[in-house]
Amino acid sequence: MILTKIFKNAFLIMLASLILSACATKKVTNQMQGDVYTGKDTVEYLASGVADRVFFATNESVLTTASRETLRKQAAWLRKNSKINIVLEGHADERGTREYNLALGERRANSAKDYLMTYGISANRISVISYGKERPVDSGSNPLAWSKNRRSVTVKAN
Amino acid sequence: MRYLKYILIIFLLNQSNVNALIEVDITRGNLNPLPIAVSSLSIEKTSNEELQKILKKKNIGAEISKVVENNLLTSGLFNPLNKDAFLQKPDIAHLKPRFEDWSLIKAQALITGKVIYENEKLRVEFRLWDVLAGKEMMALAFTTVPTNWRRVGHIITDKVYERLTGEKGYFDTRIIYVSEKGPKTKRIKKLAIMDQDGFNIKYLTLGNELVLTPRFNPTNQMVTYLSYFRNLPRVYLLDIETGIQEVVGDFPGMTFAPRFSPNGKKIIMSFAMDGNSDIYTMDLENRVVERITNHPSIDTSPSYSPDGKYICFNSDRSGYQQIYVMKSDGTKVKRISFGKGLYGTPVWSPRGDLIAFTKLHKGKFYIGVMRTDGSGERLLTENFYQEAPSWSPNGRVLIFYRETKSDSEGKGFSAKLWSIDLTGYNERLVDTETDASDPSWSSLLSN
Repeated sequence: MILTKIFKNAFLIMLASLILSACATKKVTNQMQGDVYTGKDTVEYLASGVADRVFFATNESVLTTASRETLRKQAAWLRKNSKINIVLEGHADERGTREYNLALGERRANSAKDYLMTYGISANRISVISYGKERPVDSGSNPLAWSKNRRSVTVKAN
Repeated sequence: MRYLKYILIIFLLNQSNVNALIEVDITRGNLNPLPIAVSSLSIEKTSNEELQKILKKKNIGAEISKVVENNLLTSGLFNPLNKDAFLQKPDIAHLKPRFEDWSLIKAQALITGKVIYENEKLRVEFRLWDVLAGKEMMALAFTTVPTNWRRVGHIITDKVYERLTGEKGYFDTRIIYVSEKGPKTKRIKKLAIMDQDGFNIKYLTLGNELVLTPRFNPTNQMVTYLSYFRNLPRVYLLDIETGIQEVVGDFPGMTFAPRFSPNGKKIIMSFAMDGNSDIYTMDLENRVVERITNHPSIDTSPSYSPDGKYICFNSDRSGYQQIYVMKSDGTKVKRISFGKGLYGTPVWSPRGDLIAFTKLHKGKFYIGVMRTDGSGERLLTENFYQEAPSWSPNGRVLIFYRETKSDSEGKGFSAKLWSIDLTGYNERLVDTETDASDPSWSSLLSN
């Protein structure tokens, strides 16, 4: 009896660890597409279902399909809440020279701004600031951390 | 800062015009540094007692000789010999060295000196001797306020370096940099300034706002840098003598990557608007702003040639970050970097012949130099992350910053200043009491 119980427990532990490790590997592959972050770890919400940030590929400021969807939701929310102004904070990862990254952060925030404007959000409700690589959300030095840091974050200004 | 207000008075002692027999070649990596004996500067009892009270140092003569020794050692060109082996006493050696004794310990050059305290001033004399030829090569005296004693050590080193290498030194100089503290996600940054050897660190801002990329005016004690004051990233001008600062120009967006023109009269920088960064200048006398580049790509990190006729900068107009050179009016733009990888932060050497840069290739960062037409690329150092080289005023040494890799919790991260010779030899940590980045080297404070 005791022996079967031990076996049973051992089996359960093995099973659990298998599931966990499967989850772990699945998680990593599911959090990036190419090198664009697709996870939710660092994402905050402006309103229910309205994510506050979009992510970029290395050295890129082009919006992905997912980013455009996020920004369309932001635009809808901004149209409903017409008194809210926003700041778009553009960021880069730590794998670039400081000055170039300041320019890159500015370019990323502006590509988000341009997209919001095509969905009817007036430019005078939007201001832009670049932090370059100065304000990472993830302090790790690995591809996943860098993907979380390449971002434009929409923040309420009032 | 304060100590610059005191003028150093330099006298020539009875300098003999003997041709130097010893010479130090600084164009190659120096694998056989010149053995040099730096005798402690002698000091008489009464002078020493007075100076002990003022400076709280047991023997200021010995302290000044340590400054000189450390400078010579870090230059990589000299091998200062252990003082324990010295046979002759400092005061007697200064009058007339027994050259046999000094050549016995393999010294090829000898520095001797004397410190006197008179009329509330520090008077320092020193002599440089050619041990093998048995001759005096140089003799100089300085008078200054006692608190200036470290600078006296730096000036002696500059004179010795110049006499033995034939090139100006870089020891009586300072470094302005960004001092860093705290976790990566909430880094606190302050402007800091120190002597070239890491002493006399002073903080110029409190850390309330993010500050980046300070650079010296090559002609005076002004500094330009980027500050996020009131969350508006703008280029500022700071007078480090008075502490007065002002924003540079009236731009409706971020200005960044500032540097002075070689005559110190203009600031060149980037201005970012609607996702596009271009290069602008502002004349500090008449405040006239000029647009230098006009291209939908990112144009940044501009740096003038020493004659002011050209500007190097980095741009991603080819699709990736590369180095370009143009005339200072923005015409004749020409790409000069064609190697594999990305190239950034070009800085024109004060000698005019080279451009130092940061290169990123296959996940590694390099500091390198190339000729101004892009030929002769030479990589000096490879690391996980390093960037932003700044030249010593004689164009022989580069200082830059290096960051270490952090683990997934952010542990293991550090940012430090390093220097390396143009030859690729003599890589050294430049010690700062906090983490540090964005170093900029001043011109020589005295000549």
